[in-house]
Amino acid sequence: MIDKLSESLRFQQEALNLRHERQQVLAGNIANADTPNYKARDFNFAGELAKVMEQGRPGGSTLALTTTSARHIGGGIAAGAGPRELLYRVPEQPSLDGNTVDMDRERVHFADNSVRYQTSLALINGQIQGLKTALQSE
Amino acid sequence: MSLFSIFDIAGSAMAAQSQRMNVTASNLANADSVAGPDGQPYRAKQVIFETAVRQGRESGGVRVAGVVEDQSPLNLQYRPGHPLADDQGYVAMPNVEPVHEMVNMISASRSYQANVEVMNTSKQLMLKTLTIGEG
Repeated sequence: MIDKLSESLRFQQEALNLRHERQQVLAGNIANADTPNYKARDFNFAGELAKVMEQGRPGGSTLALTTTSARHIGGGIAAGAGPRELLYRVPEQPSLDGNTVDMDRERVHFADNSVRYQTSLALINGQIQGLKTALQSE
Repeated sequence: MSLFSIFDIAGSAMAAQSQRMNVTASNLANADSVAGPDGQPYRAKQVIFETAVRQGRESGGVRVAGVVEDQSPLNLQYRPGHPLADDQGYVAMPNVEPVHEMVNMISASRSYQANVEVMNTSKQLMLKTLTIGEG
């Protein structure tokens, strides 16, 4: 029963998780806007979401035990797909110091990503409301 | 995965940009310092940024790898009456370019603002995430 509930929320959950990771990558790009030789990164959201839905989350981001030594025993949760495949952005106006961050583009992507994050939040809230309504006895 | 690593990323960038602004302020303040603690004229300083890659991740924040001194030649000015003038009457003035420093300062403050915006947006998103499932 609980498993079915969590399964029905899983898509939005994974979408939120990926949006959060993309937010981190974009924040890294904005942070490194003045770092020489930094290459702007991003990932293909749709592709990664399809991969996660098919194969499960990559190892490390699931509920695994933290290990601080090579001899520690892992959490025993099988790693699914490999780590997130980060791509390099193709620069439109590369600068001489080797940096490929275009601040305008990064900020547009960042704003876009945060709006989509909020969309996922609204959808997951709506789903939870629907489930709650179905659970009530009246 | 730490939920708060965006704050670390944006915070590291804000710290690095404010250090850059500090160095710019020092350069501008010392644009006419003909003698420092070592008796030599002041040389303009620059910060070097590098990516601070987190363990096991490909993206990360930024940190200041070091502060380097500008090795371009000092400005020689002809001032025979100056106490530090050499035997030909020239005084070595700092190699600070006020125009470069102003441009650097504006660039640093814009980057700082961008990171503040990143932090504010992420904070709002996180607060909204906390209200999942509420009324």
